[in-house]
Amino acid sequence: MDFRLTAEQESLKREFEEFFAREESRAPEGWSGGLFAIFESDENWAYHRSVAERLAEKGWLSLPWPKEYGGKEHSYIEQLIFNEVKAYHRVPGVDMWGPQIVAPSILEHGSEELKKKWLPRIARGEINWCQGWSEPNAGSDLASLTTKAVEDGDDFVINGQKIWTTGAHRADHIFFLARTDQNAPKHRGITYFVSEIDKPGITIRPLLYMHKKREYNEVFFDNFRVPKKNVVGQVNQGWYVTMAGINFERSMIGTVAELKRGLEELVEFCKKTVHHGRPLGEATLVRQKLAQMAIELEATKQWAYYVSWLQSKGQNVPAESSAAKWFSSELTVRFANIAIEIMGLYGTLKEGSKWARLQGRYEDLCQASLGITIAGGTTETMKNIIAWMGLKLPR
Amino acid sequence: MNLDFTETQEILKKTAREFMARYYPKSLVRELEEDAIGFRSDIWKEMAKLGWLGWIIPEEYDGVGGSFMDTVVLFEEMGRACFLLPFFSTVICTLPLVTAGSEEQKKEFLPGIASGETIFSLALTEPSATYDAAGINTRAVVQGNEYLINGTKLFIHDAQVAHYFLCAARTKTNESRPEDGITLFIVDAKIPGIKITPLHTIADDKQCEVIFENVKVAEKYVVGQLHQGFPIIEKLLEYAAMAKCAEMMGGADWVVENCTSYATERVQYGKPIGSYGIIQNYLAEMWAEIGIAKRFTYYAAWLLNEGLPCSKEVAMAKSWAGDVYRRWTRMGVQIFGGIGTTREHDMGLYYRRGRQAPLLFGDPDSLREKVAQEMGL
Repeated sequence: MDFRLTAEQESLKREFEEFFAREESRAPEGWSGGLFAIFESDENWAYHRSVAERLAEKGWLSLPWPKEYGGKEHSYIEQLIFNEVKAYHRVPGVDMWGPQIVAPSILEHGSEELKKKWLPRIARGEINWCQGWSEPNAGSDLASLTTKAVEDGDDFVINGQKIWTTGAHRADHIFFLARTDQNAPKHRGITYFVSEIDKPGITIRPLLYMHKKREYNEVFFDNFRVPKKNVVGQVNQGWYVTMAGINFERSMIGTVAELKRGLEELVEFCKKTVHHGRPLGEATLVRQKLAQMAIELEATKQWAYYVSWLQSKGQNVPAESSAAKWFSSELTVRFANIAIEIMGLYGTLKEGSKWARLQGRYEDLCQASLGITIAGGTTETMKNIIAWMGLKLPR
Repeated sequence: MNLDFTETQEILKKTAREFMARYYPKSLVRELEEDAIGFRSDIWKEMAKLGWLGWIIPEEYDGVGGSFMDTVVLFEEMGRACFLLPFFSTVICTLPLVTAGSEEQKKEFLPGIASGETIFSLALTEPSATYDAAGINTRAVVQGNEYLINGTKLFIHDAQVAHYFLCAARTKTNESRPEDGITLFIVDAKIPGIKITPLHTIADDKQCEVIFENVKVAEKYVVGQLHQGFPIIEKLLEYAAMAKCAEMMGGADWVVENCTSYATERVQYGKPIGSYGIIQNYLAEMWAEIGIAKRFTYYAAWLLNEGLPCSKEVAMAKSWAGDVYRRWTRMGVQIFGGIGTTREHDMGLYYRRGRQAPLLFGDPDSLREKVAQEMGL
């Protein structure tokens, strides 16, 4: 075993660190990073977009792609380092759907025409995506979706509803799944589409998160037309195209790095804040809690590196990456809850109050983190994948 | 980066797995648990032949010249087999001899360890039952070119079969820090004045009370510098913590595999219990938490092996692995149900070790406190 990075990886890491430290320093006033901060205000969105442009200039939005489509053919390990450094600095700039989900699907299943049209625009960070996977009755059991696509000349006509469409109100493009064969078995009648959003037949309605912020939306298709050439892969094969979309760095290192930064700040807070006549950080229980968080974070980090290592060897690791998703997301919820426990009443104040501490980050994260143990497959689904695919338990 | 085992380690793993299956069935574990001595010289000799006893000893002293990281694989397999012979005790005493021992000491003791003739035991802990310097009150007083050792050592593993003790004693008192004035000695276990009494523990491992009463040790058996023994002990404790982690993770592997296959076969209410969500939940959590703890163990052990700074990571890994092993050896019994609670079933062997091992060489709570200190708290 050798946990050292190569000299090239070390030098790339330094380059990332310099870049993201610089980008962090020009964040707008009140920028807190974290989950979906980019959607909150025009100013935040503009910051996200401007970082995206700089990342595109460096070719860092397409690190693992083949060179012929503008990529740098970097391995999962280099992508992991990028994601880790970026998250630690709380810098936005990478559309969570375009480079990571749509692009791999197009790369693996798209026609040459589709590749030439869409990939350069994703690599240049020109377009902003949202996902049309989930439906009101198709969450983790995605293949039970019912949105319909019916052929009509050169187009498909789409009718139905999507939900949990993160950032749809900021996005200009959507990729989605719709049922093209009503009679086929569940997984075999689904087609994968890419489309502009700003067209007739689509309505976007906000679905506010419990902390009042707008991340989610509902999206309604009412005779929405998509040209046939926008089908990724074959008609009725959308499920398999979607599976290609999960072919990206799945270690969850970003979550770990964000929490690491948060823990460093919380430790400083506990050293400086006096409760009952002594610094919080001297209280045995507080020390135990902070140390436990540090331990779980480091353990999760090592697991993330391991998942990425297995992926870099070309292994498909559904159980390992599910464990990373489950563990890192549940750790985020635990961390947020422990932070406001330790901070006491101050921890419950919203950002903006002069009395709020640590920018009200944990008041916010206590709520926002609940979404990440659900979105992208619930913790329960992750455990099912481990049980069924990893341990081969009977169903 | 390369997170795979080396070829040597893969071979060691395979050999050790086969060795345990052949020489160390669970029936023997039970037999040795009941036996006061708990030692089998035929097995010990076989291990010496394979080079395991001298694995970390340099070739010039008849060892293999392998790495500590290699032995992590061996410790894992021994943990999996609930191994009781004094391999652990001897190896953790060998490390300070290799790094801090004098040339004369190395020549005198290392070849004997490698050949299986010499068994060492660490005489560190005392009635305070802690691993910190303040817990060391055994005294060693100079008398000519000898030292006279007096004190009580407690929880001393494998003392009943040891030929030598690596004994920590205070050579200066009233120092400003408890870490100062501690010296490490090699003590012949057959010297008059040593009284060994077995202790009976939850894991039925072989631990003893060892009383030193005017035990004479020649000056040449001081390991490292006089009064400067504690830094050596601290390093030794890190190695011991990682070896214990590896043992626990090997045991944990057995638990995951056997609970999973049992859940697949055991039918209740017409279906295998592994098809029920609640059991799948336990098993998925077990698999993931143990997997994560195992990777963390490798990482910390690797840092230690490479000589990189690792006090925090070692404490973290041992704390986490201990918590995880405790949790899942308990849930393992739950999954096996009634039979898991019996003396006849193997799960109990792991459950009992799951109460013992997390407390050895740093318990999760005190290690968390160490981590807190390392974090600047």
